[in-house]
Amino acid sequence: MTTTGANRPTARTISRAALCLIIVVGLAALAQGATNTPSSNVGDWPMAARDYANTRFSPLGDISPTNVATLKLAYTFSTGVVRGHEAAPIVVGGTMFIVTPYPNVVYALDLSQPGAPLRWRFEPKPEAFAQGVACCDVVNRGLAYADGKVFLNTLDNQTIALDASNGKELWRYRSGDIRAGETRTMAPLVVKGRVLIGNSGGEYGVRGWLTALDASSGKELWRAYSTGPDRDVLIGADYKPFYAKDRGTNLGVSTWPSDAWKIGGGTVWGWISYDADLDLVYYGTSNPGPWNAEQRPGDNKFTSGLFARDASTGRARWFYQLSPHDEFDYDAVNESVLVELVFDGKPRKVLVHPDRNGYVYVMDRSTGEVLSATPFVSVNTSTGVDLETGSLHYASAKLQRTGIVVRDICPASPGGKDWQPSAYSPRTQLLYIPHQNLCQDQEATQTSYIVGTPYVGSIVKIKPGPGGQRGLVTAWDPASAKSRWVIEEDLPVWSGTLVTAGDVVFYGTMDGWFKAVDAKDGHFLWQFKTGSGIVGQPISYRGPDGKQYIAVLSGVGGWAGAVVSGDLDTRDGSAAGGMANVMGDLKQRTTKGGMLYVFALP
Amino acid sequence: MSSRFLEHARACALALLACCGRVESRDLVVCADPDNLPFSRQDGSGFENQIAALVAQDMGARLVYRWQPLRRGVVRKTLGARLCDVLMGVPADPAGTATSIPYYRSTYVFVTRTDWGAPVSSFDDMRIRASRIGVPLIGTDNAAVPPASALARRGIVENVEGFPVYGALPVAQRIIDALANGQVDIAVAWGPAAAYYARRASVRIDVAPAPDETLSRESFAIAIAVRDDASDLRDAINNALRRERSRIDAVLTEYDIPLLPLGRAPSSLR
Repeated sequence: MTTTGANRPTARTISRAALCLIIVVGLAALAQGATNTPSSNVGDWPMAARDYANTRFSPLGDISPTNVATLKLAYTFSTGVVRGHEAAPIVVGGTMFIVTPYPNVVYALDLSQPGAPLRWRFEPKPEAFAQGVACCDVVNRGLAYADGKVFLNTLDNQTIALDASNGKELWRYRSGDIRAGETRTMAPLVVKGRVLIGNSGGEYGVRGWLTALDASSGKELWRAYSTGPDRDVLIGADYKPFYAKDRGTNLGVSTWPSDAWKIGGGTVWGWISYDADLDLVYYGTSNPGPWNAEQRPGDNKFTSGLFARDASTGRARWFYQLSPHDEFDYDAVNESVLVELVFDGKPRKVLVHPDRNGYVYVMDRSTGEVLSATPFVSVNTSTGVDLETGSLHYASAKLQRTGIVVRDICPASPGGKDWQPSAYSPRTQLLYIPHQNLCQDQEATQTSYIVGTPYVGSIVKIKPGPGGQRGLVTAWDPASAKSRWVIEEDLPVWSGTLVTAGDVVFYGTMDGWFKAVDAKDGHFLWQFKTGSGIVGQPISYRGPDGKQYIAVLSGVGGWAGAVVSGDLDTRDGSAAGGMANVMGDLKQRTTKGGMLYVFALP
Repeated sequence: MSSRFLEHARACALALLACCGRVESRDLVVCADPDNLPFSRQDGSGFENQIAALVAQDMGARLVYRWQPLRRGVVRKTLGARLCDVLMGVPADPAGTATSIPYYRSTYVFVTRTDWGAPVSSFDDMRIRASRIGVPLIGTDNAAVPPASALARRGIVENVEGFPVYGALPVAQRIIDALANGQVDIAVAWGPAAAYYARRASVRIDVAPAPDETLSRESFAIAIAVRDDASDLRDAINNALRRERSRIDAVLTEYDIPLLPLGRAPSSLR
């Protein structure tokens, strides 16, 4: 366009244009603040949890209880990989990005074309050795998008940045040693130009940490360990835990025997959430390890607990230990969903955390105070949480003693709920928890392990919990600390949930049914049988054609599905950490396969 | 009868067997860790390699290896996946497998530097409480090696240092190195590996058996695992192990394996 004197903008029009621009930018900023994601488009799904608050709530409402029954398959895509597909697809600007389990291939699909053809693919070629190290199938829980880049974690401890437009590798950084038992399965979280990542491998004597990488270069900015002296844990003057039990100097050393903290676990393999106003990130640490609990007397800080850290510096603001001196593999890595709730008539910024130990915790996320802690499954390993002291009271009957088989431990090691993430709807103010109902028999000490010879020990046997159904979807009201409705499933519900502004909840079952239920009362609305069991995270997005879509990866696996994805012999009930004992029928009910399914209204 | 006559008789018997197809020419497919001395190594330098060779030769079978690291799920990935017929060096009767007769019994051992003092031979030796003691750590939740349990039962945890089983070097090698350089004063480790690396250490190391406990044992009989539906193969291996007894003993002696008499564990220990 040429500029002539006649149509040259006047000072007045310039200022009006500038004003418009300011308003538009302001609105965009508001929208971003409101949706709290790295993408300003409400139709996008830019990270596994969609938003920093980890709600997995889609603001799209076209699909509703009245029309969801007409939902039809729109397109599919085979991933070419047959291990457990636990990832959420992500969608930004008309492109869908999906990551497979090992070998962690990334596909970009063009949503503007019929059938969503492949735009590009990226193969990171992780080391094959990593497959033998991962504890519970070779899963990957998703990608993250920010500022034109897609960030990928690989099983062999690499973080890789790709140009979202063409899949070109921008940088890669390795932080972890597979030969020492470290792997990476979590989805990264990108906050303020920092890629937050953690490690997996608490079973192998790995020392847990959360690390921030510079999103533009991959350079390591800080690392916050979960055990060890305060300087390693990034604890200083601004560390102000709510409860006395979590205060002290160098607790990451003094709550362990000798130097056991050096190999003490506390890995970081779950979900991270972020509050932009408080500028804090929240995440949980894994179980302590690898010792038998008898050999690590003490609280074993900072394992099995929640950290709040300064998002820029990584310095700890507070810590709350959910399961001190954990004996049952109760990692605290599950999601902390950030919501506003009215408590005693006052609105409070809280986090809602359904933990493996069987309690839903509602905590003031500024201070770390526990406002309520209520069992959402059958729990007999503890008798309650003292809100005065913050202490979990263990039930002495279920504590381990050497050589003694303790029966009917509830919940089992995968917990009342494992990694599979909940969704929260601000419309219903309910948390939709996908979870399992499992108990176990456990022998504290395997006394015939011979170092250097094949280990075929048998110590944990998982079985269905009270009632016999192995899976549940619970709609939990965090304000009243009560369940509103519960759906019983025969198999553990190992998929995530999605809730939409249309008040529809989606989840998948391990025998392949993808289901929609009414968010208000749990009434069944629709289902579709996919090719393999579902352990992935459903999402919703608005396509370039303006339609609302629902997408999910099918492909059984993960800890609960390893009997199929890993071809386990279920005659050894202790295989897959005792899971084979309770999942033997899965082999008759589904087979391996990795496939994306996307649905839309006709 | 002269020994020469016996040799003739044995040769005839073998020929007879060969002719009538009771022992057919076949492969004995063995799964083994490619780098796990002194047990096995890809170059055949482990003692289990040599014992496997004796068994295969005796059976008239060709020895074929499938190399698979001893990591999580090793039985499932080997015998379970029909990758191989046998797995050497397993404790008796693990789930999902059947085992041969045992071909040796060894034990966890105490290892100390010779210049440190008299060898330790009891978990109740008072010096244990006053020393740094190294133990192998299993990478599986809620599990412990037997000597670590024996120490924990005595409340000995503060001065114990754990060495994870998984790592770049064999754990016994790392433990002996820690002993040699003074990082720990006493260590407990599985006898065959401890003795092997002790002999190769830069300082003199004493090796002494750890005694069985009433709640747990430190000694274990070791056998060859086959799939639990392969009873013919197991019988053939048992026969070979019996016939090769003296040669197997010679291999075990050559590798300084601390040996206890074969036979059942005390009945109180299942």
